Amino acid sequence: MKSNSEGLIINGIVSYIDRDNIDTDQIIPTEYLKSIKKFGYEDYLFDGWRYKDDGKLGIRKEDRDINEDFILNNKPYNESKILLTRDNFGCGSSREHAVWALRDFGIKAVIASSFGDIFYNNCFKNGVLPIKLEKDNIERLFNLVKKEAVEFSIELQQKIIFINDKDKINFKVDDHLINRIIFGLDDVDISLKEKDKIMHFERNRIISKPWIYADE
Amino acid sequence: MKTLYDKLWEEHHVTQLDSGESLLYIDRHYLHEVTSPQAFEGLSKKNLKPWRLEANIATPDHNVPTTRGNDFNSDQIKDEISKIQVVELDKNCNTFGIKQFDIKSTKQGIVHVIGPELGYTLPGMTIVCGDSHTSTHGALGCLAMGIGTSEVEHVLATQCLKVSKLKNMLVKFEGTPAENVSSKDIVLYFIGLIGTAGGTGYAIEFAGSYIEEISIESRMTICNMAIEAGAKVGLVAPDKTTISYVREKSFLDKEILEKAEDYWTTLKTDEEANFDNEIVIDVSKIKPQVTWGTSPEMVVNYDDEIPTPLNVSEDNKKNTELARKYMGINNESKLSDLTFDKVFIGSCTNSRIEDLRQAAEVVKGKTIADNIIEAIVVPGSGMVKEQAEMEGLDEVFKEAGFIWRDPGCSMCLGMNPDQLKPYERCASTSNRNFEGRQGYLGRTHLMSPIMAAYTAINGTVGEPS
Repeated sequence: MKSNSEGLIINGIVSYIDRDNIDTDQIIPTEYLKSIKKFGYEDYLFDGWRYKDDGKLGIRKEDRDINEDFILNNKPYNESKILLTRDNFGCGSSREHAVWALRDFGIKAVIASSFGDIFYNNCFKNGVLPIKLEKDNIERLFNLVKKEAVEFSIELQQKIIFINDKDKINFKVDDHLINRIIFGLDDVDISLKEKDKIMHFERNRIISKPWIYADE
Repeated sequence: MKTLYDKLWEEHHVTQLDSGESLLYIDRHYLHEVTSPQAFEGLSKKNLKPWRLEANIATPDHNVPTTRGNDFNSDQIKDEISKIQVVELDKNCNTFGIKQFDIKSTKQGIVHVIGPELGYTLPGMTIVCGDSHTSTHGALGCLAMGIGTSEVEHVLATQCLKVSKLKNMLVKFEGTPAENVSSKDIVLYFIGLIGTAGGTGYAIEFAGSYIEEISIESRMTICNMAIEAGAKVGLVAPDKTTISYVREKSFLDKEILEKAEDYWTTLKTDEEANFDNEIVIDVSKIKPQVTWGTSPEMVVNYDDEIPTPLNVSEDNKKNTELARKYMGINNESKLSDLTFDKVFIGSCTNSRIEDLRQAAEVVKGKTIADNIIEAIVVPGSGMVKEQAEMEGLDEVFKEAGFIWRDPGCSMCLGMNPDQLKPYERCASTSNRNFEGRQGYLGRTHLMSPIMAAYTAINGTVGEPS
């Protein structure tokens, strides 16, 4: 397999939201789930915090009442590639739109002390890397990013966050998950290689558990 | 020695992939209009068809207006964008040949309500849906979980889910609860105890004498909210209650049903099985629960003081302050000091016949308080609606001043016309009190149908009578 060279390093400004339990309704409110497209969610990311008005799908950023106090509305954070936050990020609804909104905004990595299970899985299917760190490391990073705007460099294959010239943090993530981002793997393609095994399993199941296959 | 979750996992395990993940065979896949369009698009782009058509059941629920009346079809949805999504589901189901209980069907409803009541959810099944409240189906002894849209596409294409195994947690609810304490109170209490991340990474098996005593509907309310404790999967071992529920709903032939029942009765955790975490809760001491903040874990006894930044741990000060501010809690010390504007009885958590019966019992012969500007009851499905009307519950609600609606997700989430206006305070039987969940700047207090009904009559929360 050839790796996608862009996928190996994530380099960019770190924005931060100092809050626990940011649920997927905050990442993208339900209104925007009415879209039937897979892209175009960048202007709706953190909609309730980013704007002072109630938005509707299709509304342009230029026509919104911008909340100047919200970090992503300010330079250089409006071009962040990395988001730092606290506990249980992405809890709540299974909406993959939450990851699409982060991705479309340009966020390539989210660093938090923990994540909602479904959100965590959804990330890897869309090239967004969720990084879990211990709480003391999260605290350390918050102290750093709150002082001034900083850039981190994240090395995916080595699983290292380079904070500056002197400092780095190693992180853990399953290889099979991070490889999906590095190599841009498609789950359906991988699973369909096991087509024969699935068919074999199903044939046996039809015999042993016929009620599963009964129709009205 | 294995847990029920271990057994269901093994039963559906097709193969382990090089990555270490497993392919888990999926028996039933529910679809709705919000998380499926991009999955169907992906399927088409790959030139694939659904692996096993009959595994899929679809219905529109999130976007549907609840004031439809008879003979309403998708084209009549006023919100143009909602209409596109519902029409898209119609198109996709037609194109691919998927069975849909469409907006016109008398069996349409919230996907997690119709699945079990139409006999499509059976014990021992693996069930997925692009909706986190899919854990609801665990109440019948299923391994059921919510998935993202990429996974919806994957399940359509392969009939499998690519997953790693979860850890096992056992939660035992023991004892008999006080009067007017329902399964909603019990599960809210549990979430308050372990927090919204307490179940992350776990499949939670609910057991204990309380669980054994309660109906499938009550078990569904508990499993539904497992995800609010962070757990994708919540489940209860099938027992006599489960089997009689399934018998009543099932479309299976007698012979095949009997064979299935023999198998279902084997589905339980071995006595010696080990759990990674075990919690025992005495339900007899639990009071009616009401959330005060913007996360389901921000919950207290209905008559307790609302937490302030001064009386919570250092870690929680900021969350408490932010939540109080959003919820418009200033000098009020108790929930009963707050004035409510709206009442919502419905959602995949609490819109089944048992919920409506309990709420109707409270409001019977009474009138909603002057400060309540709108109180709505939204049955979870056409079947629930029909049953409730047969029992005269609609009349009880209407006489008290409630509005009786058509089935859908309604005010649980702001995707259809049923929404809170900014700063409105709502007594809600739904599952999430997140900021803006019920409408921009709306304020949600989660509670049981009994407490919501009482709040409608009393104008604020209190001891239901």
